[in-house]
Amino acid sequence: MIRTVGLHKAFGPKTVLAGVDLAVGQGESLCVIGQSGTGKSILLKCILGLVAPDGGQVFWQDRPLDAATRPDFFRRFGMLFQGGALFDSLTVWQNVGFRLRQRMPDARARALAIEKLARVGLGPETADLMPAELSGGMAKRVGLARAIADDPEVIFFDEPTTGLDPIRARRINDLIRGIVTETGATAITITHDMDSVRAIGDRVALLQDGHIAWDGPVAGMDRAAPLAGFLGRS
Amino acid sequence: MTPIRLVGRIVLRIIGAVGAVTLFVGRGLFRLHPFHGRALAGQLVQIGWLSLPVVGLTALFTGAALALQIHSGGARFQASDVVPAIVAIGMVRELGPVLGGLMVAARVASSIAAEIGTMKVTEQIDALVTLSTDPMRWLVTPRLWAAVLTVPVLVAAGDIIGIMGGWLVGTRSLGFGSAAYLANSAAYLESWDVLSGLIKGAAFGLIVAASGCWWGMRSGRGAEGVGRATKSAVVAAAVGILAANFVLTGLFFE
Repeated sequence: MIRTVGLHKAFGPKTVLAGVDLAVGQGESLCVIGQSGTGKSILLKCILGLVAPDGGQVFWQDRPLDAATRPDFFRRFGMLFQGGALFDSLTVWQNVGFRLRQRMPDARARALAIEKLARVGLGPETADLMPAELSGGMAKRVGLARAIADDPEVIFFDEPTTGLDPIRARRINDLIRGIVTETGATAITITHDMDSVRAIGDRVALLQDGHIAWDGPVAGMDRAAPLAGFLGRS
Repeated sequence: MTPIRLVGRIVLRIIGAVGAVTLFVGRGLFRLHPFHGRALAGQLVQIGWLSLPVVGLTALFTGAALALQIHSGGARFQASDVVPAIVAIGMVRELGPVLGGLMVAARVASSIAAEIGTMKVTEQIDALVTLSTDPMRWLVTPRLWAAVLTVPVLVAAGDIIGIMGGWLVGTRSLGFGSAAYLANSAAYLESWDVLSGLIKGAAFGLIVAASGCWWGMRSGRGAEGVGRATKSAVVAAAVGILAANFVLTGLFFE
């Protein structure tokens, strides 16, 4: 469904991506892991077109993702940002229903937004709060509700559990797994949290030195030699 | 590097920057579809209505001080009677637009740069893109148009309040009669004096909003990056207003 071929990206003399080849199938949940600073988020931004790659190509349903096809792609995907990236000047429901409000009346968009908030475990009383009034865990949930508001075919999760305590991180992982399973959406998760990988992923890819150093099923990662250092095994 | 090469590089950089800012403003002004009316309404309030107190107070004290200065200076050559006319002409042609523009620059350019800069470092701008919304149309276009539309109104309000500041001092301290002061204020004012000030206001509004948006969109990472963007926006807006005022005054009155 989504495929990258030879993605390159450098910032000055520092090469971050040195030819990344990666493919995610329909309905599959892929986790991309790697140490901090290895370019996981840059890889994600290159796929989305938020950062222009220096070389290589991204394909979506075997069509190159470019200025012509990206608007259609954006209508079919959702994204949970690392810090939530909620719009400060909008209420919770306006954040969740941001895209819905562009094509339906506010009352309908609000009702749908409240449905999505319920899906992530937040009651209707949160709908009129401002993002500044939310805790970190609640902001993640609102971000997740926004990501799924338009029933996307593909969902990207950028470090979904960063900044959360283990209990809230587990809840977010469970929510993501439930949503991905329930909707059948394709999921790409950027993380360095192995609990997230085990909870969310079907497949895992290790990004190291600008390349995909290992790519295989989550069930097999404990035996994979290239992952030994990352998993803390000797 | 040879001096000629250095000069060439600096000139090319300046030309490049002017071109980039011009394209940015052009895209911001004319990317109207889809039109975000709610965002524009919010900015009309933020930039226009909420700037009225500071612009009004500035104009009031400036008009009052101008009346005192002209009365005192004019007394040296027996020209104290021209206080109402000079306060009126000085306010509508020059001080109303320039001081109003500078006060709006201090209040609005900084807040636009800080708001957009914060949105950039917290990935809200990336989020807009992924939600199929062009940040230029959502963030920049409403701010540019709101400033172009409201700063002339603020200038007009500042002109009136400034003249009234002069009237207060003139009638309470300088011995002018109320009706005579107002009649003298109006007698020497021409419509072009007022219109030129309003045109300046629109131009200064554009400079203020463009500076805030430009620097906000180019904000570096973290609090330091946002702080630097805010400072740069205010400095650029203030210098831009003073430079544009010189150019426009030359165009309008020479």
